[in-house]
Order: sequence, then structure tokens, then C-alpha cells
Amino acid sequence: MPRQLKGTLEDFHTTQLLHLINLAKKTGTLHLYEPVPTGREIIIGDGQTKRAEVAAGKERAKVAFREGKLIHATAGSQDGHLASVLHKSGKLNDDQHRIIREKAANASDKALALLLINANYVTQNDIIQSVRQNTLDIVYDLMTWSKEPFVFEEEEQPPNDRITVPVDLENVIMEGTRRSIAEKRFIEMLPNLDFALRFPEAPSEKFKGIQLSVDEWRVVSFINPKNSIRQIAKACNMTDMDIRKVVVGLLDAGLVQLVKAQSNEPPKKPVKRPAPGTTQPNSTVVNKLIERIKNL
Amino acid sequence: MPMQTVKMVITGPYASGKTEFIKSISEIDVVSTEASVSKETAEAQVKDNTTVAMDFGRITVDDDLVLYLFGTPGQRRFDFMWEILAEGMLGFVVMVDSTKPETFREAKSILETFRAYAPTPYVVAANKQDIPDAWPADDLRIALRIEDNVKLLPCVAREKESVKNVLLQLLYAILEEMDT
Repeated sequence: MPRQLKGTLEDFHTTQLLHLINLAKKTGTLHLYEPVPTGREIIIGDGQTKRAEVAAGKERAKVAFREGKLIHATAGSQDGHLASVLHKSGKLNDDQHRIIREKAANASDKALALLLINANYVTQNDIIQSVRQNTLDIVYDLMTWSKEPFVFEEEEQPPNDRITVPVDLENVIMEGTRRSIAEKRFIEMLPNLDFALRFPEAPSEKFKGIQLSVDEWRVVSFINPKNSIRQIAKACNMTDMDIRKVVVGLLDAGLVQLVKAQSNEPPKKPVKRPAPGTTQPNSTVVNKLIERIKNL
Repeated sequence: MPMQTVKMVITGPYASGKTEFIKSISEIDVVSTEASVSKETAEAQVKDNTTVAMDFGRITVDDDLVLYLFGTPGQRRFDFMWEILAEGMLGFVVMVDSTKPETFREAKSILETFRAYAPTPYVVAANKQDIPDAWPADDLRIALRIEDNVKLLPCVAREKESVKNVLLQLLYAILEEMDT
């Protein structure tokens, strides 16, 4: 049965959602709504911090994904009609746009695309690039939102007549993070700069097609479990916030993983302290516990 | 021969189901140090009582061996208890309320804190999986950035079989570490 993921962007930011959709190769549609205060407060996980509860208002945007790739987006204020998308990208002028909307109001996007290509108004590539750019513009815009309630509906797809263009999410996440100014989020995501970074398995596969900035490449060149993030920042002459922004982007895109920094000294075996009056159990004790719990 | 006691800690954010978890499996009535939550507060919308020092449950194996389950207080203002409770633990369970994304960040922070206290094995229990809005366990793994080698288990804390499964998986993880 298709499931829903519900939350608000305050708790789970768009880049984290995209990271989840990318890694889990999800198919479905993300709906984002205007936050409407309910007048109540909710308490978050620390049992102390309260904040105003918001409910879902009018839909602000709808973003569709197929097998972990972004394929389509519409913003609440736009109708998403192909003629409007081509007009926005400058492929149709005002008159052409008006005439098409009047004469082909009921034509599906795919039928309209064929008509426009056959009439030499636009090329197939013009259509693909315009739809792609429109989708990205909407997604980059919503990556700056911070409080909107969301619902991800698994399996929900755009209507068949819509033109969809698959876009890899890693670059979208990196670009969205570059545009973000939410410093609080970067601190929350990466409070401790004494951790190190490592590449996931098959890093060359992951980095294929990724467009990194000069600063991002510099950071990537220092990635090694022996270098803490703080040391990398120093080597790259970056502030704490600069390095946080780069590292959070790389983490969200799944290009690196956080690990405890390895000291250059030989690692010491951690000392386990038994509680007063207890001795450290051996495997016989653990097996006895397993048998007991099985029989409860 | 003196009786051997073994300790496991059940931790997690406020209202994630720690007390319920221990109640479902303990052979004694859980010794809770709970305080009423004022009816006027936002906490009261979540639950009526909260643990202020610890919960305590027991499972007797035989005359020589007893397992104690300690539940930590979820509220940050009682976190001075955490390190005391973590001392000497065999392993720990991090409870997450799968229906409340507003607690995921705190769950991750608690997990990291306990990992720093002691390098013991642990599992993550994705609680309240019987509620329709629950995030699936696989999605929680990504949301909380839980490594692949850590067990993340669907759980319903008020169901004994579900709690047994979480504790057994933790014990298997402990056994695996002893073997390596």
C-alpha cells in the first residue's frame, strides 16, 4: 500500500527530503503547503522547546519524482501549462503564448509539443530544456522555504499528458545548499567540526556528473578520516560557517559520510567501565539472557 | 556465588515510548520516577506524566543473573542523569517516535551522546509503527543517518513480542561484538 511521509520543513528540510528520496530511489509526489498557525504549541524532542503548531493551508508547490529522480514540478501560482513554461523561458513571445492558450486550451502538453515542433515554433530540445529549467526554478525556490508542512505521497505521479524530464538529485541538492542562507540549519546539521569525513563506497560513481565549485573541490581534496573538518577549514582558509555550508551540501547529496576523526597516534582500546557492584558479562551470560527473553 | 546484574539502557527523546517499552517486558511493576505534566502546558497535549530521573524494570534469568532495564528521562533538563545511567551498561536502545519528525533531530543527538558515553552496541527502535502516519523504518534510517551496520527495528512499545524482538536484536549485536 502506498505510504505517506508527513512533516514540516522546520523539522526536515527540503535538502534532507531530497536526500531521502534520492537514496531510497522513491517514486511519488511531494506536496508543500502554506503554513497556517493553529494557535496551539507543540513540544519537540527535548521536552522543553515549544513552538507554534502549523497546519497545512493552500498548496504552494507539487514536485514529482520517479525512482529517485526529479521529473516535474508545479508552483501553486502557476498552471504548469506547457505554453506558459515556454513563454517563461522566452521560446514563445506574448502573442504566440496568448494565441496558443486561446486555441489549444484543451490540448494536452504532449499534443501541444508535437504541434509546436511540427509548426517549427520550437525544437524538441527547446521543450526539454524549458521544462527542465522550470522544474529546477521551482525546486530551488522551495529550497529556501523553512516552515511549510509537507506530505510525500508514494506512487503518485503527474498526469500522463505532462512532459517529464528526469534530473539527478545530487546536483540539485548541492545547488540548493549553495543558495541557502539558513545558517541555523548548518549549525544544527553539523554542530561538531571535530568529526572527519570519508567517501562512501564507489566514490567515483557518486561524483560522476557532479558539478562542484572551486571551494567544494578544495574541501573534497582534503577528505581523509585523519583530517577533522576543523583542520580542513584551516587548510582551505574557510570560516566555520563556510565549511559547514560545503560539508552539509556534500552530506545531503550523499557524496561524503561523517566519521570520528582518527588521531595520528595509534588508537587506544576504549575502556569499558563496569558499574559499581557489577562485572562485565561474557558470552555465556549473554546467551542466558537471550534464552530467557525468548521464553518470556 | 554473588548474583550478577546486567544493565541495559532505554533512551530516546521526550514521549518516544521508553516507559511503555520497559513496562511491556518487566516482570515487576516498573519503578517510575514520574511527575505530572501541568494540564496548561504543551507537554500535556503529548502525555500526562513524564520521567524525571529514570524508569526501572527487571528480568530475572536465574538465581545468579538479573537483567535491569533503565529508562532515561527524555527531557533535556534531566540529562545530568544520562551519564550516570550509562555507566556499565551492556548496550542501549534508542527509541524514536516514528510519527513525530520534530523529534528526529533530538533522537540523533541523544544517540550520539550515548555513543560518546560508552562504546557499547546499540539498536534503534522505530516506535509507534502501528500508527498510520509513522515513517517507515527504512526512511528513518536515512533521515537519522544511521549507519548500515546498526540495526534499526520497527517497534510497537506496548506489544511484548515487539519489545522482545528489540532486546533480542540488541543481545545478538552484543554477542557479535564479543566474538570479534
